[in-house]
Amino acid sequence: MSVEFGFLLVQCLSGLASASSLFIIASGLTLVFGVTRIVNFAHGSFYMLGAYMAVTIVPWLLQIERSPTLFFAGVLISACVVGVLGVLMEILLLRRIYKVPELFQLLATFGVVLMVQDAVLHIWGPLDIAGPRAPGLRHGVMILDQRFPAYDLFLIAAGPVVLGLLWLLMHKTRFGILLRAATRDRDMVGALGVNQALLFTGTLFLGAFLAGLGGALQIPRVSASAQMDLSIITEAFVVTVIGGMGSIGGAFLAALLIGQLQAFGVLIFPKITLVLVFLLMALVLVVKPWGLLGRPENAAGLSALPEGIMQPRGFAAAEKLLVLLAVLAAAAVPIFGDTYAIKVATEVLIFALAAFSLNFLVGNGGIVSFGHAAYFGLGAYASGLLVTKLGMPMEPALIAAPLVGGLFAALFGFFIVRLQGIYLAMLTLAFAQIAYAVCFQWVEVTGGDNGIVGVWPSAWAASHSTYHYIVLVAAGLGIFALRHVIYAPFGASLRAARDSAPRAEAIGIDVRAHRWLGFTIAGAAAGLAGGLYAFSKGSIDPTLLGIPLSVDFLAMILLGGMQTVMGPVLGAAAFHSIKDVFMPLTDHWRFLLGASIIALVLIFPRGLGGAYAALRARLSGGAP
Amino acid sequence: MAEAMLEAEGLRAGYGPAEILFGVSLRLARGEVAALMGRNGAGKSTTLKAIMGLITPRAGRVRFAGRDIAGLAAFRIARLGLGYVPEDRRIFTDLTVAENLEVGRRPAEGRDAWTPERLFEVFPNLASMRHRHAAAMSGGEQQMLAIARTLMGNPAAVLLDEPSEGLAPVILELMADAVLRMKREGIAVLLSEQNFDFAAAVADRAYVIEKGEIRYDGSMAALEADPALRAQHLSL
Repeated sequence: MSVEFGFLLVQCLSGLASASSLFIIASGLTLVFGVTRIVNFAHGSFYMLGAYMAVTIVPWLLQIERSPTLFFAGVLISACVVGVLGVLMEILLLRRIYKVPELFQLLATFGVVLMVQDAVLHIWGPLDIAGPRAPGLRHGVMILDQRFPAYDLFLIAAGPVVLGLLWLLMHKTRFGILLRAATRDRDMVGALGVNQALLFTGTLFLGAFLAGLGGALQIPRVSASAQMDLSIITEAFVVTVIGGMGSIGGAFLAALLIGQLQAFGVLIFPKITLVLVFLLMALVLVVKPWGLLGRPENAAGLSALPEGIMQPRGFAAAEKLLVLLAVLAAAAVPIFGDTYAIKVATEVLIFALAAFSLNFLVGNGGIVSFGHAAYFGLGAYASGLLVTKLGMPMEPALIAAPLVGGLFAALFGFFIVRLQGIYLAMLTLAFAQIAYAVCFQWVEVTGGDNGIVGVWPSAWAASHSTYHYIVLVAAGLGIFALRHVIYAPFGASLRAARDSAPRAEAIGIDVRAHRWLGFTIAGAAAGLAGGLYAFSKGSIDPTLLGIPLSVDFLAMILLGGMQTVMGPVLGAAAFHSIKDVFMPLTDHWRFLLGASIIALVLIFPRGLGGAYAALRARLSGGAP
Repeated sequence: MAEAMLEAEGLRAGYGPAEILFGVSLRLARGEVAALMGRNGAGKSTTLKAIMGLITPRAGRVRFAGRDIAGLAAFRIARLGLGYVPEDRRIFTDLTVAENLEVGRRPAEGRDAWTPERLFEVFPNLASMRHRHAAAMSGGEQQMLAIARTLMGNPAAVLLDEPSEGLAPVILELMADAVLRMKREGIAVLLSEQNFDFAAAVADRAYVIEKGEIRYDGSMAALEADPALRAQHLSL
């Protein structure tokens, strides 16, 4: 009995240790969001940089003397260095994007994630770096006959200490009071004579410092690696969302919950701990749409004008010709192009459908999905598994792809469309991560990380040319159908709900039902694209559901211009060709891609389609 | 006329494609109280926001204490000594009364600095709720706090947007006293107002704005004495 109790106690304690670490990281994220209203993807990168700084600085200090003082001095120095990097990010990037729509902010900070990844690989190399153990805390402590690391006991204390220090900072210093005031109404703070720019810079220092501290404190437990950023950022997102974005106390509660859920979840469902965490988040958001201690967004946090398709117009005669030419060109690729050209053209068509379906949600419906790759990937897995595990031929497997994509979109969408704004985007991300986690962890069925090979088309469709035509027809019909829906009354209702949900309700539109159906349709279209992609690649793997692919889709509609109906097609073509051409040329494609995304957000926020619309307006003599 | 503390000339401003102000000109002398009156949507709040730098003027000049301030960021204008009390009060509801005052605090230059204690004399209602969260205050108390918070910045002039809006008569009297007290302290006040009686009780000078243009510019006494003039400009 006592052994069992001791075991449970130690399990609980290790849950508390993870909760502490998680809280320290998430507190920085929630603080930065509270003041700047920016959801900072790069927060995970700061965490990773903190760990890398620490595995560089701490051993160097320990050479002088192996003392706990120098160990923790090294940890604090690392965190300060990361804090300064946060200041740089605020001055160089964030300051320019406080007023742009949140989707653009998310993308820009994700650009930073990509750049930091490459920078880290360049500076520290691809191998994981193990850090030193903390002098004086290397031993284990016996707790009811169970061994427990002394360092973890230290971590358990560190969380509440950080919480206490933050509380003091926020309530007993002028800086903290100003921060809390700015969280509610930053413009009013400015009207009272406070320089917001300095306040925001200070916030980013504090936020990045906390992320760096979280990373640096991890070095005795985990090696620094270039994958730390995305794994921690989703967890930190979950903590901040469950706690209520902007609420430090909420983050503490949520971290405690998640720490325990993981510690005991591992005993009961060892394979699906990730899923449990995201399910908790979905559950909390359904009951409390603004998190445990969060408050409804005030209007000041929303951008003034809706971003998206305003008045869709039909094709002019010249444009019909352009569309016809584009279809003919796509059809002519197998006649004139080599295998490589056919492959690129096929993929462009597939991504065009996926991007179009995403803009159907974002541009037309105002539903910012950060996990659209989930439905793409689920369609791909449906096709791939039916062919390889059940021995089905391609045709029914391709029909299953949109059905499965749509089914899961309906299931996830049921919860997602209940939320708004940033919480909605975070929930789409969470569901996408659930799908990703299942595909990644359910090795027996999905092949785990390696995925499954041998997803080939039927014999008649096996040649690249024939398959290209199948994709041309399927993707073309998909885009045509979605476009039709945009022009139909249903599409107009979605736009009405996007611009003002209460007013749309007032004229009798069931906003939730419309959004749910719209989400399902978009998921089905993405599923079809995924199925087509599986057969073109011949394999499936979890990256098809990953965040980077979701971001690619978003970059495509951003590049194409989300205010336009056909822009996403253009964006997919441009984005995929550029990526395919430039990626093999450089070792630093992530850096380039990240820099391009940021450049796009900063100097080209209306995309190619927007540039075309402006040109068209100028040529016809009207105002742009 | 006394030296102008604040002067707007040909001020044009709006939101996005909407034009609201079409060349507003007005003056506020040192230590004077002026009322900017007009109907809903006439451009009263927009005028104050444009002067304060909360929206960027599209054309026109704004001079304050001898400096051109049009186009400056709001915090810079506030630091020059121009205070602003918004129409919807915009109290920081998560903060206590004392913390709200702290946010507004700025050093005084050459005059007696406002302290929470001095402000509690002016607004006795606030004194007892120093540590109360502003969310748990009535509208009138929030209005007093909003004014007190701005005074903590030791401004030389204050823009007061619709101070009487939605207040009970007994609170209105307190508010009028507060404006007159500010005047006695040498603070110039430009207030936007729809309540004529309130404006007449505190203001020396009157402006009437209609469709983004100033239609009347003269002494409050003259406007008060002439019912025909009043009917022409302010009848609803």
